[in-house]
Amino acid sequence: MAVGKRLKRKDADTKVTGEAPYAYDLSFADEHYLKVIRSPYAHAKILRVEIDYKQLESLGVVAGTAKDLPEKGKNVLHVIHDDWPLLAEKVVRHVGEPVVILVGSTLKITDEASKYVSIKYEVLPAVFDPVEAKDHPSIHIFEENNVCSYWQQKNGDIEKGFSESDIIIENEYRTPAQEHAYIETQGCIAVPQGHDSMTVYGSMQCPFYVQRCAAEVLGLEWSKVNIIQTTTGGAFGGKEDVPNQIGSLAAFGAWLVKKPVKFLLSREEDIETTSKRHPAVIRYKTGVTKEGELKAIKAEVFLNTGAYATLAPAVLYRAALHAAGPYRCENVDVQAYAVTTNLVPFGAFRGFGSPQVIFPGEEQMDRAAESIGMDPSDFRERHILKVGDKTTFGQILDQSVGLEETLHKAREQSNWYKRRKPTPTIAEVLEDQKKGKYRRKGIGIATIFYGCFLGAAGKIMSRSGAYVQVEPDGSVRFAVGTTEMGQGMITVLSQIVAEELGIEYEKVHMTPVDTSRVPDSGPTVASRATIMSGRALQDACEKLRALIYDKVALKYELDITNLEIKGYQIQEITSQKKILSVSDAIKLVYQERGQVAVAGWDVAPPTHYDNEKGQGDAYSAYAWCTNIIEVEVDSQIGTVDILNIWAAHDVGKAINPQTLEGQIEGGSLQGLGYGRYEEIVFTPEGRVLSNNLGTYLIPTTKETPNIHSIIVEDPWSDGPYGAKGIGEQPLMGIAPALTNAIANAVGIRLNTIPATPERVWAAIQEKIMEEVK
Amino acid sequence: MIIRITINGRFIVRDVPPNRRLLDFLREDLGLKGTKYGCDQGECGACSVILNDKIVTSCIILMAQIPLNSTVLTIEGTDSVLQLIQEKFKEFGAAQCGACTTGMIMAATSLLHLNPNVNQEEIEEGLCGVLCRCTGYTKIYDAVKEAQKQL
Repeated sequence: MAVGKRLKRKDADTKVTGEAPYAYDLSFADEHYLKVIRSPYAHAKILRVEIDYKQLESLGVVAGTAKDLPEKGKNVLHVIHDDWPLLAEKVVRHVGEPVVILVGSTLKITDEASKYVSIKYEVLPAVFDPVEAKDHPSIHIFEENNVCSYWQQKNGDIEKGFSESDIIIENEYRTPAQEHAYIETQGCIAVPQGHDSMTVYGSMQCPFYVQRCAAEVLGLEWSKVNIIQTTTGGAFGGKEDVPNQIGSLAAFGAWLVKKPVKFLLSREEDIETTSKRHPAVIRYKTGVTKEGELKAIKAEVFLNTGAYATLAPAVLYRAALHAAGPYRCENVDVQAYAVTTNLVPFGAFRGFGSPQVIFPGEEQMDRAAESIGMDPSDFRERHILKVGDKTTFGQILDQSVGLEETLHKAREQSNWYKRRKPTPTIAEVLEDQKKGKYRRKGIGIATIFYGCFLGAAGKIMSRSGAYVQVEPDGSVRFAVGTTEMGQGMITVLSQIVAEELGIEYEKVHMTPVDTSRVPDSGPTVASRATIMSGRALQDACEKLRALIYDKVALKYELDITNLEIKGYQIQEITSQKKILSVSDAIKLVYQERGQVAVAGWDVAPPTHYDNEKGQGDAYSAYAWCTNIIEVEVDSQIGTVDILNIWAAHDVGKAINPQTLEGQIEGGSLQGLGYGRYEEIVFTPEGRVLSNNLGTYLIPTTKETPNIHSIIVEDPWSDGPYGAKGIGEQPLMGIAPALTNAIANAVGIRLNTIPATPERVWAAIQEKIMEEVK
Repeated sequence: MIIRITINGRFIVRDVPPNRRLLDFLREDLGLKGTKYGCDQGECGACSVILNDKIVTSCIILMAQIPLNSTVLTIEGTDSVLQLIQEKFKEFGAAQCGACTTGMIMAATSLLHLNPNVNQEEIEEGLCGVLCRCTGYTKIYDAVKEAQKQL
């Protein structure tokens, strides 16, 4: 049937022709455009806003400030804390923060109008580093200490763990802000339907977030605000909470002028003012015995949250829970802080706080193996979690732990033991250089886990709805509240519906996501769409099957409990006699005036986490992965060429192996960007300097290595057909596998990513200086 | 200025401002919205079209720069190589979010028009002007190579 097959993507037909309508392809009669006047300062008091309303009127432009919001409206964009305003009123806390909006019939006119808006500021001292910002004596961005979230993980007795260790490895690491660089920039269009209701169209991951924000900002009832997702050209977390702002600004503009208002960001405005991966400072201390026992892991995590908390508490939860890795370790202490600074608010990005700890965590594992002279893959193999084990935060894993299989398969397919050569000393590197040998190969590994779905910190949102309706022609339409952004969800969910109803895949179609079709189904994040919407669809399909069987049993005088669907036919279970095709059964239901549509619902299996104890059943299920990377490093100039990535992923069940490979290949390359190329550079004043794709470089075809996808299926009993998540983990282990490979090639260790030629070169030089001494 | 140009086989005469970008001329004046916007700076390649047999980023081509009687092929055009590549993109799952897809397909079309016998290195070179953030380019290579076999 449909599940498990490489079926053609449902959205491919209109994407290859360019017909798929993105936000910027839509047009509405009498549409207007929105321009935002933003703060040029990282931290400043707004003394006054001067607007020449006469001049604006002559241009037909309307201005909006926080004071102009509707009486019942709130100047808040709700995410977790309510600290993020739609428009700054008294203080601006980052460069690019919106202060005033201008709405006019063309962008050119709003540009012209911006000359008549003048904002007077008093510049305040600003802070950009999270360690400096925590408990800052005078700069208070979030409450007293600038700490907007705190999570910990605790296991055993950390001091005892270190006292029993022979070797202790201690390092401080830094990770950069990474830009999502979705190819379609952010954009929303708000269309008012009279004074009391609003529809917002746009590029987004989480329409229900936008519904709440737009309703609250305008003071409308939620049931009078409707959000419709347009074809979304990539998101990667960047369109999780940012459309709250984009959609609500457009809605405010539309409320002001009572006309459709488009707010489409240019690439530069997008990179300068919207979220990115949180930069982080991470301190690690790892204790091992000479025999290779992993005795203690201690970590301190400082996530740079930027000016507003937005998603930081949830991102930090994932960082804290993934910090000790997928290993058995009896003594663990993780202290994690999200600290506000005067940079652009950082947010969700594929991996969601985990890449920031997986890079240093897996570096530490390699350094530990190195310190006792063990092969790093053997060292990991000794400590990785298996069925029956307890995670470092005390969760017993009773099923679906495919990590060992991913390790074995990745090692086998990469020919690990043959390719892995002893790490050279700097003297050997120099000796070879004298002989004219500069280029050196190396191979590195990372083993990781990923807590699928929202986990205990986000469990309130961990539910999903679905709606399935059969049509008289035998085709099926369904609706869910999770979104397609390129990952292949429509395809995979269509396969599940086809399988559940015994209908041809070609006859199943998903309607665009619209908040009026299914209730709040939570966000499309945390690798949860296939599972949560899949389970809700299974629930709906089961009910719908029963309705169909009911009419068939009545008509043909059969025992309803003796019916099943096989090969697109309804048949008797006992005699295996075919009764009629499913398509004909649907026609029958219509003739008999039966119910043809049902709703489905799903709630994630229970999770809980006790932050006082630092222990809990943190996530419903775990996906597992081993990454192995082969590189060639030029020891003289520090350039790193990536030759091969082996990416072995335990996903429970590959519902569509082709779209799954697409996730692995794309996620691996985005992870390579994080580890090797990408870094948002800020000016000393806190402005994004690398604000376009000419200065912020993402991998092109020329930087793409061979990516070998290896699929492992260790089924999870609660997942649809055994499936777990896959969206994020392809990115997560790439950076440390890369830096571990560089270490193997030239014998240097990096505490900071990306591994630019400058950094690799400097690390080699440092080693040479040490050697000379 | 008056422009005389053949777009997707159709000869068009229009009065356009000389500083009108080819991207806006296609999308707004002609309603050909298959050519996508990505960056305004010729960096991402999403807006790539074929101008006189060469791949160009239409966001940084002004109408005044276009020679008289030029021809343009966009994703809406009829061309056997283009259609074949579109089919292969569908078959191999080479389109994910779709925002780069039409630019990528035009770059691949141009590449195979100029040389049907390109090797892997030349495919990488030929497509490196279009950024894709979803696929890791792997399925795109598969699609282009399969199209090449069937030419």
